[in-house]
Amino acid sequence: MKPALFDYVAPETVEAAVAALAGDETARPLAGGQSLIPTMNFRLSAPGRLVDLRRIEALRGIAVADGTIRVGAMTRHRELETHEGANRANPLIGEVLDNVAHIAIRNRGTVGGSIAHADSAAELPCLLVATGGTVSVQGPDGSREIGADDLFRFHMTTSLAQTEILTEVRIPALPPGTGYAFEEFARRRGDYALAGVCTLLTVEDGRCGEARIAACGIGARPVRLAAAEDALRGRAVDDAARADAGEAAREYMTAPADMQAGVAYRTDLLAALVRRTVATAARRAGG
Amino acid sequence: MAKTVLKKPIPAASSDPKVPVTLTVNGETVTREASPRMLLSDFIRHELGLTGTHVGCEHGVCGCCTVTIDGRAGRSCLAFAVQADGAEIRTIEGVADEDGTLHPIQQAMMECHGLQCGYCTPGFVMSMLSYLEETPEPDLSEKAIREVLSGNLCRCTGYANIVKAFRRSVELMNAAAD
Repeated sequence: MKPALFDYVAPETVEAAVAALAGDETARPLAGGQSLIPTMNFRLSAPGRLVDLRRIEALRGIAVADGTIRVGAMTRHRELETHEGANRANPLIGEVLDNVAHIAIRNRGTVGGSIAHADSAAELPCLLVATGGTVSVQGPDGSREIGADDLFRFHMTTSLAQTEILTEVRIPALPPGTGYAFEEFARRRGDYALAGVCTLLTVEDGRCGEARIAACGIGARPVRLAAAEDALRGRAVDDAARADAGEAAREYMTAPADMQAGVAYRTDLLAALVRRTVATAARRAGG
Repeated sequence: MAKTVLKKPIPAASSDPKVPVTLTVNGETVTREASPRMLLSDFIRHELGLTGTHVGCEHGVCGCCTVTIDGRAGRSCLAFAVQADGAEIRTIEGVADEDGTLHPIQQAMMECHGLQCGYCTPGFVMSMLSYLEETPEPDLSEKAIREVLSGNLCRCTGYANIVKAFRRSVELMNAAAD
């Protein structure tokens, strides 16, 4: 199908873009368009005005400094995926992005767009929650910072106001010695995952120290699996600990059955992905 | 029974408000008036008459409409023509030499029988072209090639020969570069 009519503006500054959003309550920002345009083609959404952010230079670029990877909101997935400095600072980034759709989509889709779109099965929001990242947003009253835990409210719903634009995504570098892993399962390569799990952990004297585990595709937003983390801390990361972490993850499943998977299957999948990512992360942490 | 008569004739052209779009396609700079809601795929096909870019699903899944936008493969059905204002677009029509000599990727697709009905072929060629230009030393394992090709669907399911054509493309491109 074809999209409904809309006004189109492509301002050159964030301030002008915010003003253009404020002038029409049906206005939406257009970043890479890889999620928004299909919904418009299906007429699932019909914004009255699109504010294209492509001309705003301030929203581009990647900088790695002081233990943080700062990513301009309009940076394409593929740029971040192939950025050496960012991947050296946090190798989880490349592992996650490799699972996002296909190269042609990653060439166009933006990091800020994916996070602001907040699909509950999407990988980048899950990465942000797992790593404890933050975003900057700018609106009519200035800019503010939002932590990952306060950003994602519901499927495709964030705590941004309609007049606010996400300007920067900050992903912490991994502290030395941190093991990492991301794994997801989808029916077809490149599809949204039935479930995906990000795991970060440290191993000290053969025992799990810090652990951060987050999952996507299993509820209305990406979630931290705190009970699974608790099941690991202070223990040797052996088969029994991994199994306990997987079992503890089951309580976080809130996704209803859909045409792709029933609840029991998805819950088993979640537990399996927790076990596998914990094993990989522990191995990479030297445990 | 009387034939239904249209109350109003079907308009020959869209009455949408239009904006000028200037872009370079296959090396030629063109300017056309387009509605902001016109997809780049429709712009390429209907405004520029380059019908080698095919439209399958129109929501980014099939990959038939893949072109390169500023050198990188992208879905032309997931971009509005206005977003490509100032961009450099390459379509399947701009891949072979002007004298008709096939590009190594096209030659490889032919040699390896990498196409059957041919509907998906322009999209596959553009995805391969973009990837091979970006990646001078591609991983030629089955898994890696399938990953690169995973964004394009072939409903004749001729994937085995398309994977062969990918490897043959690299051989031919390397031979041409020597």
